[in-house]
Amino acid sequence: MALDLTFTEDEEAFRAEARVWLEANVPAQPLASFDTREGFEQHRAWERTLHDAGWAVVSWPVEYGGRGVNLVEWLIFEEEYYRAGAPGRVGQNGLFLLGPTLMDFGTPDQKARFLPRMARADDIWCQGWSEPDAGSDLAGIRSRAQLDGDHYMLSGQKTWCSRGAFADWMFGLFRTDPAAERHRGLTMILVPLDLPGVTVRPIAQLDGETGFAEVFLEDVRVPVDQRLGEEHKGWNVAMATAGFERGVSLRSPGRFMATAARLIDQWRERPDETLRDDVVAGWMDAEAYRLHNYATVSRLMAGGTIGAESSVNKIFWSEMDLHLQSTALRLLGQDAEVDGNRWLDGFLFALSGPIYAGTNEVQRNVIAERVLGLPRSAG
Amino acid sequence: MRFVFDEDASAFRAAVRDLLDKECGPADVRAAWDSDAGFSAARWKQLAEMGVVGLTIAEADGGLGLDETGLVLLLEEAGRVALPEPLIETTAVGAPLLQALAPDRLAGVASGDTVVTVGLSHCPAVSGAAGADLLVLERDGALHAVAAPDVDLTPVESVDHGRRLARVDFAPAAATVIAAGDEARAAVALAFDRYAWASSAVLCGLADRMLELAAEYAKQRHQFGVPIGSFQAVKHKLADALVKLDFARPVVHRAAFSIARDDPDRAVHVSMAKAYASEAADLAARAALQVHGAIGYTWEHDLHLFMKKAWALGAAWGDAAWHRRRVADAVLPRLPR
Ligand SMILES: Cc1cc2nc3c(=O)[nH]c(=O)nc-3n(C[C@H](O)[C@H](O)[C@H](O)COP(=O)(O)OP(=O)(O)OC[C@H]3O[C@@H](n4cnc5c(N)ncnc54)[C@H](O)[C@@H]3O)c2cc1C
Repeated sequence: MALDLTFTEDEEAFRAEARVWLEANVPAQPLASFDTREGFEQHRAWERTLHDAGWAVVSWPVEYGGRGVNLVEWLIFEEEYYRAGAPGRVGQNGLFLLGPTLMDFGTPDQKARFLPRMARADDIWCQGWSEPDAGSDLAGIRSRAQLDGDHYMLSGQKTWCSRGAFADWMFGLFRTDPAAERHRGLTMILVPLDLPGVTVRPIAQLDGETGFAEVFLEDVRVPVDQRLGEEHKGWNVAMATAGFERGVSLRSPGRFMATAARLIDQWRERPDETLRDDVVAGWMDAEAYRLHNYATVSRLMAGGTIGAESSVNKIFWSEMDLHLQSTALRLLGQDAEVDGNRWLDGFLFALSGPIYAGTNEVQRNVIAERVLGLPRSAG
Repeated sequence: MRFVFDEDASAFRAAVRDLLDKECGPADVRAAWDSDAGFSAARWKQLAEMGVVGLTIAEADGGLGLDETGLVLLLEEAGRVALPEPLIETTAVGAPLLQALAPDRLAGVASGDTVVTVGLSHCPAVSGAAGADLLVLERDGALHAVAAPDVDLTPVESVDHGRRLARVDFAPAAATVIAAGDEARAAVALAFDRYAWASSAVLCGLADRMLELAAEYAKQRHQFGVPIGSFQAVKHKLADALVKLDFARPVVHRAAFSIARDDPDRAVHVSMAKAYASEAADLAARAALQVHGAIGYTWEHDLHLFMKKAWALGAAWGDAAWHRRRVADAVLPRLPR
């Protein structure tokens, strides 16, 4: 089959179905921020609504709460989702990162146990990888998991867990073999946050809301069947997750297309000739990102894989988002500083894009070493 | 939606890469620079035998009958070797134009015997004019087809010595007209878009090659006792250029599809392609030169063969800023003056 950039009738029908449902169901009033307790629960309720209509995880198999559509259709759904101005996904770290990883590495029991509840937002997951002394150097993780019969005993500290303040579960990376060097000897473990010995301390982000949290673990007992993947092989599992995160799943183009469309509206409201080139460059970037993603998923659907190229994607979306948001603020002129304007929240969040999911500096190292084949450096 | 090339396209690309790796090394590009026509007739014949030259010509007229989506990867290959032959002028622009307006003038084109170039008023110095046998020229709103002996050329030196620009004089006559009025206007607009798009594809190939050269050099050149490629300032410069290129390619491929399907948004799609590809090649050239240090700043080193084609094609047929303006005019409302 040759290159074909038109949507099939089935794809168009799927788009229309999603659009009709979203237009009828997206809350007319924006929900409270999911970084507050009240907003978190409002978002959980919205996730249930999505799930019950079959839209929570469209690309997942039906048995886990999805509708088994392909990745092109998933991108279409995402375009419609953000076009409709639907709420941010409070379960995103579970749905888009842990979910695909569970499908690849989970046992049949683990899939049946965790995926449907995740899809229904019965369990909302956070990601517990970073530690105070393990940021970019993630292999420096020190939190321990010690095997004790049919349980692991967890101890240590995780930090910067997005939505960790209100989440139900955490997927964490722990050191199971203290003698092993760095990334050898790590294991991925699934931890309910209401267990004895778990203390969650919320951290206020730049905008003042408790968007992430520290998680302290003191002799927390977790059954062995909550280990994801093999013991000491957690690094491989984590890198697969990070590949999804940077490469395709976490930041789909629909989100940035919607931002670009709003930027154009902002331009129409308050055009500023000196910003014309920045506005159109932002719109073009969102288009280019969309095309790049359709090419990536087409390659995946044709049996290809995604490797270090996911770092290329991550740099592009994070810098694009910052460009879109800051251009909009510049269009606002002196109103840019006024709290509650349409762009400030988005701008503040976009500032974290080049930091989370692996900083852009680290991604540049990955590209240089794994794509261009340059030698590793000391730092 | 299936945004991936099929196996035939990949196999054709691989075959062309094999040929060009053998037949078009940097020494061959230099030889073309020093030749009269600016390119090698023998290599053009080899490309014709593979079907590349006549790719866009109907099978009935001796070609392969493929469209822009079949050509785009081969244009990238042409860029990778800084191909001096007129693949843009003849195959991407001239042949489809003649196919639509004057198919009787296609004789000898697919076989590589008749080299075609197209001169539009937008770009008065016509590329590949010195070596062309048949010139399609825009003059006062009409398109004329004129054989080489009937034109007068005044050479214009390009930074890329393989381009062989020339101002072209000829005597317009009723017999030379192949299109006039609306038909000519539409053909000129399409030819312009094809030039801009094909240049974008070549620019992607050039950027790819320059990054490859820079990465190779960064692995092999040592300073302070280590390969310079282990320095982050070097790594990050090349990584940024690679990101730019990686995002330019799908935009260029989409433009190929839009031209082939006569998409109503063709102009916007082509302009996006030219804007991204020009910037990607420019960034790759700057990064590659910086990574090479002084050796890259010499005539003797091959890097300049690629940089100069990148600068020439980046500026030709609308530079990045020009094309972003064209997108803006379509996407943003104009300001009341
Ligand atoms: C909004 C937000 C949400 C987050 N959510 C989560 C989450 O849910 N779960 C989780 O586990 N983590 C999360 N994180 C943490 C995130 O993954 C880390 O912040 C990130 O990996 C960087 O680690 P660090 O903050 O310790 O910075 P550091 O690693 O200390 O880096 C500081 C600076 O040094 C640079 N640097 C470090 N090493 C190198 C190098 N080798 N080469 C060049 N430059 C280098 C970095 O690029 C950066 O600019 C989140 C962070 C943010 C901001």
